Amino acid sequence: MKRVIQWIRNFLKYKDLFSQLVIRDIKLKYRRSFLGYLWSVLNPLFTMLIMWVVFSNLFRFDIQFFPVYLLTGQILFGFMTEATNSSIASILGSTALLKKTYIPKYIFTLSRVTSSLVNLLLSMIALIIVTLFIGVPLTWHMLTFIFPILQLYFFCVGLGLFLAQGSVFFRDLQYIWGVIVTAWMYITPIFYPISIMPEWLQTLIKFCNPMYAYIAQFRDSILYGVPSGPNLYIAGIGWAMIMMAAGIWSFVKNQDRFILYI
Amino acid sequence: MEKKHLAVDINHATVRFNMASESILSIKEYFVKLVKGQLMFQEFFALQDISLQVDKGESWGFIGTNGAGKSTLLKLICGILKPFEGTVQVFGSLAPLIELGAGFDPDMTARENIFLNGAILGHTKEFMQTHLDDIVEFSELREFLDVPIKNFSSGMTARLGFSVATMVRPEILIVDEILSVGDYAFQQKCHKRMEEMLSGGTTLLFVSHSIEQVKALCKHALWLEKGRIVMSGESSEVCEAYIMRTTF
Repeated sequence: MKRVIQWIRNFLKYKDLFSQLVIRDIKLKYRRSFLGYLWSVLNPLFTMLIMWVVFSNLFRFDIQFFPVYLLTGQILFGFMTEATNSSIASILGSTALLKKTYIPKYIFTLSRVTSSLVNLLLSMIALIIVTLFIGVPLTWHMLTFIFPILQLYFFCVGLGLFLAQGSVFFRDLQYIWGVIVTAWMYITPIFYPISIMPEWLQTLIKFCNPMYAYIAQFRDSILYGVPSGPNLYIAGIGWAMIMMAAGIWSFVKNQDRFILYI
Repeated sequence: MEKKHLAVDINHATVRFNMASESILSIKEYFVKLVKGQLMFQEFFALQDISLQVDKGESWGFIGTNGAGKSTLLKLICGILKPFEGTVQVFGSLAPLIELGAGFDPDMTARENIFLNGAILGHTKEFMQTHLDDIVEFSELREFLDVPIKNFSSGMTARLGFSVATMVRPEILIVDEILSVGDYAFQQKCHKRMEEMLSGGTTLLFVSHSIEQVKALCKHALWLEKGRIVMSGESSEVCEAYIMRTTF
């Protein structure tokens, strides 16, 4: 208990650093580009258009409001990819600072995931535009979109902490992770409906793929306007808690040894 | 034991670098070495059995040859390194100047970096806002305030770093061979600022190869050699002994 209070006090002391780092990431991301923040909206939009052209001609899935279906999956998966990829480099990329001064190290990882979250919220503008344009019926359930995003945020913080500490000791993790994410994308129903899969695989994905839980909840709220079933919530929150526990545990256990390896 | 008068309390601290003989940074290498039984760690003691009590308001200079463990000791006090054995306690706020401008982001402007660096030192944004003018004034860089740091010369970066770190009166100031930067006039300014802080009750821990600087700024000195304390005490005595040893 004493440690928790100490921890909270320490975080409050560095809360300004945390927000500065988030702002820095966002500012630097588009600095000197012509369209700036607009890219956060345009990028998912263009990717969605390409996928829409490809998949509505090559494969014919019978999905209503296909562009919105695509965009919902793609935005959440894109957030996870961006957050974890920048988390992996968060400790290794801050060596200069970590060697010279004392800062709680998790701040770097946390700020990376959070700046990805800000980016996700900007991408939501693209989603809103497409949703209105396509004519998805508007319901009050759309407002529950925030729940899957929150769950996913905590999931990514946990996963990010785990990857950040791991990559300090095994740098290969950065490259392996790229492969894992690609594989992960194909077993997540982003551009196909889960019903095209064999029964046993569907069950497996529903239980073992956390991204399915988050994307399904997200689609329930935005696309279908229905409340998600309890199973999805249990899976989503459960995965987030497991990941947070694994991430924090491994990070705290190893953080004092970072300095010897960076 | 009453420790109220202490600023830094180090008891039998040892720092061990458990470095692999060549650093293994990939999983494949790790397993190959593991199978071959080559996974040997070479123990290296950067500091051994260091005990040091620094009272509030004291000024200490750390001297010794390259690799003696001076900077390691400062990093230990800052909390960057954790002791392998022994304990390190610090009472009061720290301002580490291990490297000027370590927290600067080259792509950001001087103004943004002042706030970032202030945050690294644990200050709030409002606090930095009120001190911004003083910092800019001291660094004499007002006209470059909105220029990205990457376009700064090293001297200018160091000026900015020194100004930010010493703007707030920390209880303990840690300085690692940084006063050789900047032009002569600025060096004098830095010295003056540090003397002011000393007379204001700041505890100073100072690493330098310039024995003159140590003598001028510090009352006490600690002589380190290969991670062990050779001598500690009055700076004039320690410095003399150190010079005797190294020149003859």
